[in-house]
Amino acid sequence: MVITRKAEFSASHVCRIDSLSDAENRKLFGEEANPNGHGHNYILEVSIEGSVDPVTGMVMNLKELKDILDEEIVQPMDHRFLNKEVQPFDTVVPTTANLAQEIWRRLENRLTGSNTTLVRVRIHETQDLYVDVTS
Amino acid sequence: MTTLTRRYHFSASHRLDSAALSPAENERLFGKCNHPFGHGHDYVLEVTVAGEPDAVSGLIVPLWRIDNLVADKILRLFHNRYINLDVEQFAHLVPTTENVTQVVADLLRRNWREHMGESTARPARVCVEETGRNSCEICLN
Repeated sequence: MVITRKAEFSASHVCRIDSLSDAENRKLFGEEANPNGHGHNYILEVSIEGSVDPVTGMVMNLKELKDILDEEIVQPMDHRFLNKEVQPFDTVVPTTANLAQEIWRRLENRLTGSNTTLVRVRIHETQDLYVDVTS
Repeated sequence: MTTLTRRYHFSASHRLDSAALSPAENERLFGKCNHPFGHGHDYVLEVTVAGEPDAVSGLIVPLWRIDNLVADKILRLFHNRYINLDVEQFAHLVPTTENVTQVVADLLRRNWREHMGESTARPARVCVEETGRNSCEICLN
């Protein structure tokens, strides 16, 4: 059985490669390359697979899951400028794909245990764009 | 695996009516979707692309490449059109959500390479929502 928990955070970012010209950055990233950055209300969905505990009736304690998402993702990223304040985005471009993979890396060890497996991270950057990382 | 999904919107009208069936059979099968003058929907199209983010740019594919492909080969054909009369693939094909999804998937597959440049991203899935309550999806892997 798979359970999915949502979390939200609002952050700014800019998608630019320093070694490229303004025109090249604009061609590659469009308006995401505007030099001073811009923001999104990101929506994160985290899916965990496991069997239902016969005593608790739960795959995983949702309070515990919420706390892990808070600690690993929301607190470090909410109301931050990703490029300047969240590692590794000082050197890695914070595209939606890179953000999704970083979130996966932060959560995998915390959420994959003897009874549970992290199976999907989905990050919505806007209503019309999301990235999935799956096991 | 990492996939990126982009959502697009188009508005179109259609009528469900099969030339192989009698008027009474069409009415029974398609109900109000068979009303003679057609009707419209605000469709949502999801296109999912699979691949690894480029080590430098962090992009699976530059979004403009998918946006241009979808705008040129799909939205241009369907948006603000009567599908039965204006989209040639439906001259003899009932424009159900299933058939619209198949035609869209075929257009994506056939035009993918010429629009992707050096990108190795692969088309992975197409989903067409006719309304918020019904959709059809095809995996392209």
